Amino acid sequence: MSMNSILWALAYLILAPFIGGLMEGFDRKISARMQRRVGPPLLQPFYDVKKLLNKEIIIVSRGQSLMMITYMLMMILTGVVFFLGMDLLMCFFVLSTAAAFLYFAAMITNSPYSTMGASRELVQMMAYEPAVLLCAVGLYLATGSFYVRDMIAGAWSPILKLPGIFIAFVFCLTIKLRKSPFDTSTSRHPHQELVKGLTTEMGARNLAFYTITEWYEIVFLMAVVALFIINSNPLSYVAAVIVVALVYFLEILIDNSSARIKWEKMIIMAWTCTLVFAGVNMIILMLIK
Amino acid sequence: MAKVKKSPWLLHYDGSSCNGCDIEVLASLTPVYDAERFGIENTGDPMQADIFLVTGGVNTQNRDVVRQLYEQMPNPKVVVAVGVCACTGGVFKDCYNILGGVDKVIPVDIYVPGCAARPQAIIDGLVKAIDLFEKRANEWETSLKGVKKGE
Repeated sequence: MSMNSILWALAYLILAPFIGGLMEGFDRKISARMQRRVGPPLLQPFYDVKKLLNKEIIIVSRGQSLMMITYMLMMILTGVVFFLGMDLLMCFFVLSTAAAFLYFAAMITNSPYSTMGASRELVQMMAYEPAVLLCAVGLYLATGSFYVRDMIAGAWSPILKLPGIFIAFVFCLTIKLRKSPFDTSTSRHPHQELVKGLTTEMGARNLAFYTITEWYEIVFLMAVVALFIINSNPLSYVAAVIVVALVYFLEILIDNSSARIKWEKMIIMAWTCTLVFAGVNMIILMLIK
Repeated sequence: MAKVKKSPWLLHYDGSSCNGCDIEVLASLTPVYDAERFGIENTGDPMQADIFLVTGGVNTQNRDVVRQLYEQMPNPKVVVAVGVCACTGGVFKDCYNILGGVDKVIPVDIYVPGCAARPQAIIDGLVKAIDLFEKRANEWETSLKGVKKGE
C-alpha cells in the first residue's frame, strides 16, 4: 500500500459526499432544463440533507437505524477498498453486502410499501449483479490482475479490449442508480405507482443517511467507469473525467426520456444486454488469448 | 449556515375536494409554474414532509386520516389549506357529513382562498409557508440546543 493510494482513499472519504452531492445537484438542474423549467439551485441536495438532519427524529423500528448506518459504512468501505487499489472483486462483494443491508432496513419495518420496495430492490440487485461480476472478470482478463492498482498501470486503456463489457456495465448503472425506467424500488419522481417504496418508512434522519450513502455510491460507480479508461498515461485521467461526464449525462437523459417498466422486463433486458455485450466480449477475449 | 433551509418538502392530501384545486396544485408543480425552483419537492411520505398541503374540506370519514398524517409529520411543520373548501368548508359547509375547514381538526397556518385556487395563489401561499417553515426550523434548532444545554 503506497502513500499515494492512502491519499486517494482519504480524498474519497472526505470529498466523495461533496462530489456526489454536486453531481446530484447537476442531475436535478439538467433534468429541469430538459423539461424547460428553471429547476432548483445547484446546492439543493445539500440543503435537503441539512434540513433532514435537523428535523425531529422519528424511529419506526429500532433495528432500522442500525441497518442504515451499516449500509452507509459498508458503502464507504467499498470505495475505500477501491481507492486503496485493492482487489476489485472484494469491492463488488462488499458493495453487494451493503445493498443487502439496505434491503434489511426497508424490510424490518413491515410496512407494505416499504416491503414491496425492498423486494423490488432485490430483483434489481439480481438484474445488475451478473454484469458487475463480469466487469471484474473482464478487467482481470484484459489486465491480468484483480487489483485496481495494477489495472490502472497498463499501457492501454482496458476499454479497448472491453467495449462490450463497458456497454453492459453502463446499462446496469441505470439500474444501480435507480434511474427511470428501472426505478421500481424507489423514485424521486412523484408520478409513479409506487413512489417512495424502499424509503417509505425512513424518518428524516435515516433518509439523510440514505442520501449521503447514495452520494458515496455515485462516486464509487463513476470511479469504476473511469477504471475502464485510465492507463499509465496521465492524460488518460482527463479522458476518464470526460467519459464519466458523458456517461452521467446519458443516465440523466435516459432518466428523463423513459417511463418505468415492470421488473420482469427489466430482468430480461438487463440479462440479455449482459449476455450479448459482456458475454460475447468475454468469449472473444478468451479466444484471442 | 442558518439560511440553509430552502428545502420544503410537500405532502399533498386530497380531503373531499372536487379535484379542481388538486389539478391546480399539480399545475403549480409542473414545468410552467415550476415550484421546484424554491426547492419544493412533492413527496408522498408524511415522515419526510415539511409542508402539509390539504385541499377540500374535512368530513367524518377523513377526519382521522388528516389528523394521523399531521401527527406522522416530524417537527417543524407547516399546514397550508388550499381552496375555500379547505379553508371553511366552502359550498359544502352545510352538508351533513362535512365538519368544515381543515382547521376543525388540525392547526392551519396559511389559508389560500379560491375556487379553484389559482396556481399563482398556491405558489404565493407556498412561499409564505416556506418563510414560516424557516422561522419554525430556527426555533426548533434553538430549542434543541436549549435541551442539550439543560442536560
